[in-house]
Amino acid sequence: MTETTRTIEVNQLARVEGEGALHLAIDGGQLTAAQLRIFEPPRYFEALLRGRDCREAPDITARICGICPVAYLMSSCAAIEDLCGLSVPAPIADLRRLLYCGEWIESHVLHMFMLHLPDFLGYPDAVSMAREHGDLVRTALRIKKAGNGIVALLGGREIHPINVRIGGFYRLPTRAELAPLRDELAWALDAAEQALLPLAALDFPDFERAYTFVALRHDSEYPMGRGRLVSSDGIDLPVASYDDYLTEHHVRHSTSLHSRTAAGGVVHLGPLARYALNHDRLTPRARAAAQAAGLPPVVRNPFRSILVRGVEVVLALEEALRLIDGYVPGDTPAVAFEPRAGTGYGATEAPRGVLYHRYTVGEDGLITDAKIVAPTSVNQAVIEADLRHYVEPNLHRPDAELRAVCETAIRNYDPCISCSAHFLKLTVERR
Amino acid sequence: MNAPAKPRLAVWKFASCDGCQLSLLDCEDELLAVADGVEIALFPEASSRMLPGPYDVSLVEGSITTAHDRERIQDVRAQSRLLVTIGACATAGGIQALRNLRDVEEWKRIVYARPDWIDSLATSTPIAAHVKVDYELRGCPVSKAQLLELLAALLAGRRPNVATSSVCEECKARGTACVLVAHGTPCLGPVTQAGCGAICPAYDRGCYGCFGPKETPNPAALSEQLLALGMDRAALGRFYRTFNAAAPAFGDEAQRHDPQP
Ligand code: SF4
Ligand code: SF4
Repeated sequence: MTETTRTIEVNQLARVEGEGALHLAIDGGQLTAAQLRIFEPPRYFEALLRGRDCREAPDITARICGICPVAYLMSSCAAIEDLCGLSVPAPIADLRRLLYCGEWIESHVLHMFMLHLPDFLGYPDAVSMAREHGDLVRTALRIKKAGNGIVALLGGREIHPINVRIGGFYRLPTRAELAPLRDELAWALDAAEQALLPLAALDFPDFERAYTFVALRHDSEYPMGRGRLVSSDGIDLPVASYDDYLTEHHVRHSTSLHSRTAAGGVVHLGPLARYALNHDRLTPRARAAAQAAGLPPVVRNPFRSILVRGVEVVLALEEALRLIDGYVPGDTPAVAFEPRAGTGYGATEAPRGVLYHRYTVGEDGLITDAKIVAPTSVNQAVIEADLRHYVEPNLHRPDAELRAVCETAIRNYDPCISCSAHFLKLTVERR
Repeated sequence: MNAPAKPRLAVWKFASCDGCQLSLLDCEDELLAVADGVEIALFPEASSRMLPGPYDVSLVEGSITTAHDRERIQDVRAQSRLLVTIGACATAGGIQALRNLRDVEEWKRIVYARPDWIDSLATSTPIAAHVKVDYELRGCPVSKAQLLELLAALLAGRRPNVATSSVCEECKARGTACVLVAHGTPCLGPVTQAGCGAICPAYDRGCYGCFGPKETPNPAALSEQLLALGMDRAALGRFYRTFNAAAPAFGDEAQRHDPQP
């Protein structure tokens, strides 16, 4: 039977953050194109940062993404501190890690239970899922809230926290302020370990790919706020060399730039990459959780990212408890500094992967050039490659089913589109 | 007997960071109750079930920055009984409205190798510049408490109780010492609309105006204070020009001190 040209339109790709569309072209039973089209309206952050004081960069770039503002705050601070030769003392570095733990917890749990799990269980959303899986959804919301509790206390509010600045914070919490978070986090740690078990029993598609993983790596800790840039094919670079490794390209079907290595390679950022490259840095309970979920030290099935996120939630909860218990406020909320001319580089691990910032600043402290590379934008090419490999053996399935599998494959990454440049429209062109 | 139909809620996104609609998902304690009280007919960030209009309440996040979105907002209005904008992007154009003073073609060239592939308007404008808006929630992001109050009020058929006073009043209410007077910290609290609970001063920093101008602000008087503190005029201009740069009270005051090319 010859297939005639057929087009399906889905007005929006749901449960992702941002606007996009997917285009599949099938010619004579062969997949000839799989394009993730991102047409999120550009907001021109790199341009609007020019002429702003470098001290304003963290608050401004936080507005790139409401789902991971802490990541923007942290990468932005890291880059400008690099530029100014500033290093923060341990209590401030610890508090930053605590804040990042809060974001990992709330963002991962949102992604796992509200965006991703409904696909596996066959619901349109977490609210409908709650009718039959009420306990699971309520537990997830409570774990998420424990994470948000950290961000709200340390950051002032959950979305676009106000208490972060270059050199540290505006105000340090007291030990007494942090202490009440403890019980809920301890509860959440047990609950997260438990909640991972039914997820481990989900029916995952049998699908693996040989990714080039890229993540940060630090001497002693599972990477969040600092480290070198490493990859599964052997690179080990300071963050300042990021641009030598990955370069951005403008493709017509996306307002979010694609990234490639010099050799044209595609890299994979995010939980699978962090986990594969830093398995030896997991906390004890996170390692046990990975084992209990049946995860090997390297996971190449992107659908299992829901489990790896769960392992990272356990890790972040364990770290948060450790940091709260060990917290001794320093004598100053922020290291004093004066802006100076130069270029600074910063990268941290957003929940969805490495987030890179580079700023060039003039003598007057004003930014003259900025570059920000969001993990979703880097992952676009790997998402397209996943789709090609995943769709190819499924071409015989009806369009509605194909669409569902594609959407699930995209939600393996989220993807969080507003940061990289929602509204997903799927067109399948069969010839 | 059939239960009365629940009001139908839709959540729409234009140019934005998604933070305001995410505030709804961050209402962990209330989320399931809200979902009980309304029919969430359309909320693409949270659900793949997308039901056609009409809708009783549309929450609109984000500003109008493309020709396509300029058309789309008309359609959203036509399908909505009440249209409520959420956040600084939707009520004042957001951070992306900084382009309104600049040459967007140049900005395209800064960011994109092929500016000719990019479709974008020269301006970022609030929703009210295009269609009638019934209520506005300020903030970058909106406050969860205000969002819940608004939904509760609309469900009960009453007017939402949303403050129009200044951040200063909230500072007084929570007993925070004035950072401007006591520490000489630049603060936009006196001209900024209440609603956040005066978070920044409670964390020892000045308000940076993320809720936008209050109803009858006097920014000129505040600017005198800030200049006296040693702020230069360009910095003062930038202070007003962040997340609500296109709100007239802030934009005009910025312009007075730092006219842009
Ligand atoms: S107002 Fe602020 S938080 Fe809300 S969508 Fe716009 S940038 Fe995001
Ligand atoms: S104090 Fe001002 S800047 Fe801070 S959250 Fe409130 S309105 Fe926004």
